[in-house]
Amino acid sequence: MADFLPYIVAKYNYWAALVLLLIGLYGMIAKNNLLKKVIAMSIFQSAIILFYVSMGDKKGSTIPILLHGHGEHGALAIDPSQYANPLPHVLMLTAIVVGVSTLGVALAVLQKIHRVHGTIEEDEILESIEE
Amino acid sequence: MKKIALLITLAVGALLILAAEDFPRWGDAHAPANDYLSPYYIEKSLEETAVPNIVTAVLADYRGYDTMFETTVIFCAGITVLTLLRRTQRKAPKAVRPRPARQGADVILQSASRLLVPVMQIFALYVLALGHHSPGGGFQAGVILGASFILLALSYDLKTMLARLSENTLLRLSALGVIIYAGIGALCLLLGDNFLAYAALKVFGFSEVMAHSHGILGVELGVAVTVMAIMFSLYVDLASGGDLDEGL
Repeated sequence: MADFLPYIVAKYNYWAALVLLLIGLYGMIAKNNLLKKVIAMSIFQSAIILFYVSMGDKKGSTIPILLHGHGEHGALAIDPSQYANPLPHVLMLTAIVVGVSTLGVALAVLQKIHRVHGTIEEDEILESIEE
Repeated sequence: MKKIALLITLAVGALLILAAEDFPRWGDAHAPANDYLSPYYIEKSLEETAVPNIVTAVLADYRGYDTMFETTVIFCAGITVLTLLRRTQRKAPKAVRPRPARQGADVILQSASRLLVPVMQIFALYVLALGHHSPGGGFQAGVILGASFILLALSYDLKTMLARLSENTLLRLSALGVIIYAGIGALCLLLGDNFLAYAALKVFGFSEVMAHSHGILGVELGVAVTVMAIMFSLYVDLASGGDLDEGL
């Protein structure tokens, strides 16, 4: 028990991402309204983005933009442990914008469903298909 | 259904908590994710591309293919929304109810947006141009530009905005961005190097390193144009249910 608390604290980025991820997963399965499912999917996506970005962090490091790095330099002494890992930032930068555009597609599909069935509640759509 | 969902969620949560035991501690400088490829980027990106912002260098140079197809994905998303919503028969009433007719103009709203929009657009260009040296780049600039158009469309109305920036122009702009990106890649190919190998651009009189830097700026411009056009066209189509009449 004595080393349980430090363990929790040392990995609390994972717990934050985990909680968001589970909220999103539950919402996607349990909610009846398709719009709420889409919102849950966005929360799930935010959890993944948080997880990735927190993976790239290093203790005491700064953002991945080199200090005093203007113009052309030959050899500038650079210590990789001073800068956060740029790779997760790159991956998530594109993921955020692509996430927004796929959210747009999801909303367009919802509007289309609403046009055909007059509702976006899952059970009512199933009833309207069976008729 | 809710009970099954709760069970699944708890099971997944338990598995992930078990898995977290093997994960590195937060902020560990020698975690596996930080130890293999990324030190190379941090040490070499300035030397090879003259771009102090490592994220920009990796985004547009080392991972240029990835970003090109991300831009294509955004373009495809815009086209998909368009084909899903435009010019179709309607059985049920609109999902988005049109705003009731205006009783005159909203003076405060319109004046405020007229002050804000130029500032937003100049800031977007700043973010685009300074993506090499500070947090910024094509995606961010595109989103800010798109947001400025959305603000105009909200504070005036959709028709006023579309009279200035028509749907056709938006489509052409979104394609133009992808063409700029792929065009720079193809230009490198024509100049005798690999696709998106910006070093080939040195025939324009730059050193090899500066050719990388300018190539990155060029593709970021393409990304910004596509993202701007698609952000606004998504808003236009979704807000009006595809009819392009009265929006929100």
